[in-house]
Order: sequence, then structure tokens, then C-alpha cells
Amino acid sequence: MKTIFEKSVPGKCAISLAPCDVPAYDLDASLLRETPLNLPEVSEVEVVRHYTALSKRAYGVDDGFYPLGSCTMKYNPKLNEEVAALPGFTGIHPLQCECTVQGALKAMHTLSRKLAAITGMDEVTLQPAAGAHGEYTALQLIRAYHLDRGDTGRDKIIVPDSAHGTNPASAAMNGYTVVNIPSAADGCVDLDALRSAVGPDTAALMLTNPNTVGIFDKNIAKIAQIVHDAGGLLYYDGANLNAIMGTIRPGDMGYDVVHLNLHKTFSTPHGGGGPGSGPVGCKAALAKYLPGPVVTEKDGKYHLTSVGGKSIGCVKTFYGNFLVMLRALAYIEVLGKEGIKLASQLAVLNANYMMARLKDKFPTYSSDICMHEFVVSCDKIKEEIGVTALDFAKAMIDRGMHPPTIYFPLIVHEALMFEPTETESKETLDWACDTVLDLVAEAYKDPAAFKQHPRKMPIGRPDEVTAARKPVLIYKA
Amino acid sequence: MSTYTPHTSAEIQAMLDVVGVKSLEQLYQGLESLFVKDMDLPAGKSQQEVARYFENLAAENKVFGSIFLGAGAYQHYIPPVVKSLLSREEFVTAYTPYQAEMSQGILQGIFEFQTMIAELTGMQVSNASLYDGSTALADGILMLGERKKNKVLVSEGIHPRSLEVVKTYLVPQGIQIEKIALDENGRTSLADLKAKLTPDVFAVAVAQPNFFGVIEDAAAIGEAVKAAGAGYIMQVEPFSCAMLKTPFACGADIAVGEGQPLGMPLSFGGPYLGFVGAREKLVRKLTGRIVGKTSDANGNDAYVLTLQAREQHIRREKAASSICSNQALCALTATIYMATAGKTGMKEVASQCVSKAHYLAAEMVKIPGFRLKYSAEFFNEFVTVTDTPADEIIRKCAEKNILAGLKLSGHEILWCATEVNTKADMDQLLAVLKEVK
Repeated sequence: MKTIFEKSVPGKCAISLAPCDVPAYDLDASLLRETPLNLPEVSEVEVVRHYTALSKRAYGVDDGFYPLGSCTMKYNPKLNEEVAALPGFTGIHPLQCECTVQGALKAMHTLSRKLAAITGMDEVTLQPAAGAHGEYTALQLIRAYHLDRGDTGRDKIIVPDSAHGTNPASAAMNGYTVVNIPSAADGCVDLDALRSAVGPDTAALMLTNPNTVGIFDKNIAKIAQIVHDAGGLLYYDGANLNAIMGTIRPGDMGYDVVHLNLHKTFSTPHGGGGPGSGPVGCKAALAKYLPGPVVTEKDGKYHLTSVGGKSIGCVKTFYGNFLVMLRALAYIEVLGKEGIKLASQLAVLNANYMMARLKDKFPTYSSDICMHEFVVSCDKIKEEIGVTALDFAKAMIDRGMHPPTIYFPLIVHEALMFEPTETESKETLDWACDTVLDLVAEAYKDPAAFKQHPRKMPIGRPDEVTAARKPVLIYKA
Repeated sequence: MSTYTPHTSAEIQAMLDVVGVKSLEQLYQGLESLFVKDMDLPAGKSQQEVARYFENLAAENKVFGSIFLGAGAYQHYIPPVVKSLLSREEFVTAYTPYQAEMSQGILQGIFEFQTMIAELTGMQVSNASLYDGSTALADGILMLGERKKNKVLVSEGIHPRSLEVVKTYLVPQGIQIEKIALDENGRTSLADLKAKLTPDVFAVAVAQPNFFGVIEDAAAIGEAVKAAGAGYIMQVEPFSCAMLKTPFACGADIAVGEGQPLGMPLSFGGPYLGFVGAREKLVRKLTGRIVGKTSDANGNDAYVLTLQAREQHIRREKAASSICSNQALCALTATIYMATAGKTGMKEVASQCVSKAHYLAAEMVKIPGFRLKYSAEFFNEFVTVTDTPADEIIRKCAEKNILAGLKLSGHEILWCATEVNTKADMDQLLAVLKEVK
């Protein structure tokens, strides 16, 4: 499809501005841009048709099943969009007097208290823009905590090899050395490996529970004790919180700090890669290091309060992705205590149901009950007929479903990681399982033809090698 | 109870039977000792009740009739097509485009965004977006890092919150930050810059226009920085790029900025949009997602996420940054805005910003007790010094449904005007100012 630049015709313009009603002021010519500004020149209807056509070449949760593991692609309620679009929220400036934004501050305060209740933490900042940004912020808190106690030798972060890639990357961005420890086959922490890794140089262990294989690590109390006994802190990667909301809380498991993804667990849309929101919750001992300002309440009035001299500073220009926070709050308000719990229970039920229906054809990595997601391997199929996880993903696209996450976690060969989420019906899950099982049959029937998927999309498999070797990142006429 | 989960009780039972457990609770068997005792959350509400709750909250906020406050968040006209196209669920409810074949629309949109940012800044490469203008500045400075140098010079004309974010990002890396003073005209002092450009400096960061609205002599700064062998990063306002000498022409290696003015409402500070343009030599140091153009086996144009060897899911602790989700939908907003405004619209908005800010400033200094703090040329913001305390001015304006500029100190205010502020609005503001003077 042509780019918008190729549709440009000199002289066209789609914006309709009021004429300038003050005298024109010309800046000195020496300050001015000398190079031409080659932005598209198109009419309004052409803009609308172009981007509508692009939207039809995309696939969202509203289009169908999206079991992308670790990403929690649940339905994004329309109510959330409606409340986030209210002019009383979109029309307020971040620097206007706090007495004129009491509703906004109340919403932020309420959300942070609810997230604290759900995670079992004492304080929550809403400032980080995304999950990885939350990780980054949380690690800053950990760093500040140790340094403030004069504990200057803690320069290592322990990360299991089953962890999300953002964990070690966020640690490195904070100047930490990353110590990778091997996991057991089910992704659980190898306690002996952990014991030999911890020491006076341990700043923290980053751990998601349930882990990336979809198994709840039952040794969590022991893990917490090992880390704490060594003087380190325990960090919860909230990517997998959707398994346990309302039943188990990170704070009660011994975690000291947690990041959340409002765009996963709390139903805000992913927008094709953001904006998300990555709040960080912590125990009281870390609260004085939170980024400022935080919203506080006194006598029914809400204030933006600076955290004080021990704050890590700030991680964003203003207070975070405010409109995303509103969506998450709307979601929690609708679900309430019982609904939050039921959402996680049904997420776990859906994953287990799918796993039960697929496990005869694919080896799984949890023998009995999984949490909100499960991992199967195409290793055996690959050995027998050469068909890979990637081939299965591309074949699913032709059947009208988004593929699961592939080749993750790294500890499982030819991994397919399914996370159906609680908002999928039994009918959808049955259809998806029938489809995947049918694809297995198709693959065995003609493996070579199977590798030609997808055939029904606007493009076939793209040449990614050339894309990376000779990068073309902008349109050139 | 929520309507978001589609299961009937009979279906739940049938599914439990297939799984082989008796109840939903039993899915967590063996974990009972960890069960939450009491979670302090109220019961759920109907959508109708929650909608009313939010309408009431929104009503507790004051949306001003006219706004003269900028300082990092700007009110601009948003054409209806932007809002309309941005409500397409395929854009809103999609994940990061990992599966290129079913995400060509999102990938092509990002490719167009990258092209527009490169065009605007004069740069050769760009990425899919960053969290906001401040994190973009921090990322950009880190991109310029060199092993043996550990100091960065940051102009005092950088937004104070951006400077805070830069500090937060750079301190754990052991990087020192030194400020370059402004001269009496409000521009970054060339003398101070040259004095501080020691061999341990790897980067110099300047905002254009700066926090006080002043247009920097960015080309002269670029020459000095280049002569000292350091990297040069400019934090730019997007509309000013349509009018002023481009960062590339000023010798910058990287241009970053806050993209909120390009079609995003004020929204109490977010979601906004960080953007980055860079010289080609820096392409493999860019943080975040990048889209590239390639082809499929049949020769069709195809767009993919590329140069992923920089990224966390491949490189883990050796990645350029940990960015995963960024601000994709905001980048698409800016793309659609720039396609709508196009070449002439972008220039027209920039020109109206300049004309309106200059009208307002010229009229303000006619009021006794008002003068401009800086004499240098400005874009759409300027600072006044007044005899009357800033608080009183801001309060009087608020009484008339006007959001005044940002108080910088007891008697200093940073004002902003854009194409949204009509002459009538400005004259009304001026009338209020005459009363309080």
C-alpha cells in the first residue's frame, strides 16, 4: 500500500484553522528553516481513507482471539474509553493550581490506594509510563534504599534465566551487574542456585510469580527468606499478576517492591505498543525514595506533595499517563473486590481448559495445574517434520487468530506461550483449540505447504534479514 | 457484577470438569497459606454507576475558558479527523506489532511517523516513539555516551522537570551533570559553554526554544560543541521545527522532543509522546522500537520491527534500553495530525504561535509595571516581570476563567500563546492585567 507521502499533491491541506486575527510577526530570516518541509499535502477525505485502510491491516482484541502470552490481551471495556474522553479530564493542564484539579487528584489517589490493596503494598506511584519504565523506577528505589543505609557494595541484581528480557535490561540501565541463575525445567527458582548466588553484593532478586512458564513457584516463602537473609530485596515483576488478583498478593508473599502493567492486568488498551502505565508499589521502608510528586489526601482535599530529599527524582515530565490511569480505575470500580478475584480465577480456568485440550498433541511444561498462561513446545513436531513454532504462528494468522507468544521463555525450545485471559468465552476457546489441533493435522499432511503460511494476509513472510542488514527507516521519494 | 467475563455457570462447571478440579478455588490448591485475608476493596458497581462517578470527578476539575499556560504542555487545535481515526479499535486494541503480516497498518503508520519526525528535525533516522520529551532527552544523552568521558553539559534553558528526569537517569550511570548558564538575554551563554567544554564532556544538551520561550543561537552552540569534539543534542518543540533552522542544520547529532502539541490534548500531563531523530551513524544506538521497510517473497512492500539486536528481548542486560511498550498510539496521533496539517498547516500553526505570542507580549509591556525579562527573540512563550505579585495576577485571571501563565518566582510569569488563543481572548486577558497591575 502506498505511503501517505506518495499520495501527496502540492497545494492540498486538510486542516481548517481560523485566520490569524493579530498582525503577522516575522522572525528574523537568519533564524529560519532553510530546508523544505516535505510533509504530505493531502485532502481531508484522503487522510481518512488512508488511515482507515491502514486500520484494516491491523488486528486488535476487538477483532478476535489474542492469546499472546505475558501480554494479557483481555477485552478493553468501552466504558473506560468513555470516561477517559470526558473534557473535564482531557482539558486540564498539568500545571494548573491543585485546587482546580481535585477530581483528577482524587482519581489518582483512589487508584493508587486500590492498587496498594490489590498488591499488598503500602505506597504506590503512578508515574512510570510502561511496565519496563516501572521496572526501571523500582530498581532505582532499591538502589536508593541500599545506598541510604550506607550499604554501598550491593551492585548485583539476580535474574532467573526464565525472566522477561526487560528485567536484566532495566537492571543494567541502573548500573547493576546482572547475575543470571538457571531455573528448573518448570521455570521455578533453583533454590541451590539462588543460595550460591546471593551475598553481600546482592541488591535484589527480580522474580515474577507465577513464572513465565505459567507455574506458581510454591517455594516463594523460602526464596524471600534467602534473599532477605542476604540483605537483598525481592522485586515482583507484575506482568503475571492477572493469575492471582484477589487470591494472593505480592506483598503477602514477601515482595518488597512491585511494578504493575495497567495495560495488561487492568484492561487498558495496548494501542499497538503503548501508551501503557507502569505503577510501582512498595513497602513502607521504601516509600521515601518514590518519585515525586505523589498525591496525598488531607481533610478531603488532595495535594501534589513532594516526597522529600530522599526521592529518586522523577522519571517523567509530569505525573504519568493520566488517561490510562482513569481507564484502570474505571475497570477496578466495575469489578470490585469479588470481580477482581473472579477475573483472575477465570483467567486461570481458561488457561487450564486450553492446556487440557492441547496437551495430547504438544508437550507442556506444567504437569498438573497452570496459572493464567501455559507453555507448550513444538520441539517434537519440529524433529519429526521440521515444522517450527514460527510456522504454527503464521498458520494461526491465516485462521483468524493472533498467535501466542513464540520462542519465549528462552528455557523452552520452540515455545508457544498461550495466555487466553478471562474475557474469552468457552466457545472461543473451543474454536481456538479445534483450530490449533486441525493445524497440527495440516502440518503433518504437507509440512512444506504448511511453511507457506500466511497466505491470506496483505503480505507473506517479510524478509527480516534484509530489513536489519540494510535498514530503510524513512520514506524517500 | 462485571459483564466483562462471558462465562455462564454451566460453562464454568463444564470447564472445571475438563480440567479435573471441583471449584475455581481448587485451581490454587496448595497455596492456601498465601491466600489474602482481607483485601480492602469495595464491591463492584454497574457501568452506569461508574460512568456517573467519573462524570462527577470530571466536574470537580476546572477547564479554563482560555489558557495561556504552556511550560511543557500546550493547547492546540485538534482537527476532528484525528479523534475520529484514533478511535479505530484496530489501532487502539492491538498489541506491539510482533506479527508483521497481521500488523502492516500499524507498522506502516510508525514508518510514516519516523519519516515525519526525520523530516521535521532534518535528521536521517528516527524510532517508533519514547515515553515523553524528558525521557527522550535522557535516552538521547545516553546514546552519545563514550567510555572515557563522563560529563554532560545541560543548558539552564532545559525544562526543569526534564532536567530532573535526566538526573534520575544519569546518576546511576556515574555521569556528572553540569549546567550551562543563560546570558542576560535568556540564551544559553556561549562563553560559559566554551569555558566548560573540557575533554571529559561527551554531550551538550540545549532546548529550542528553551524553557523560557527564547530562541537559542543553536548553530553557534553547535559549532562550539563540534570544535570540542562532543556530541550535541537538542530538545525541540515540534511546531518550531517547521519554522526554525533544523537541528540537523544547527549541527545537532540528535534531536528529541515532546510530541504532545501534535494532536494530543492536555490531559493533565499524559499520555504524551517522546520523539527522537538522529544522524545515521547513531542508528544502532537508538533506544526503543524501530520499524523498517523490506519486502516479502513476492516483492510486496512489507514493514517490520527491525534492528531488534538492540532490544531487551534479544540482548537482555546488553540491550540499549529496557523499553518494550512505548507510546505507539500517541505516535499515530502525531502522524495523523501531521498528515492532516501537512506542509502548509504545520507552518501556519507555527506562524500563528509566533504572531500571537508577540502580539500578547507587545500589548503586555504597554501596561505599567509589566516588562519582559529577556530581550532575545522568542517563539510562543515569554517571561514577564511585574510589580504585582505573580500569585495575584494568576488569581485574578482565574476569577475571569483564564488560566494564566506559570509562576516562575514571586514576580515572574512564563506566558504562552498558540493559534487557539483569539485576539478577543488575549484582549480580555490584557484587560484583567490592567486591573491588577
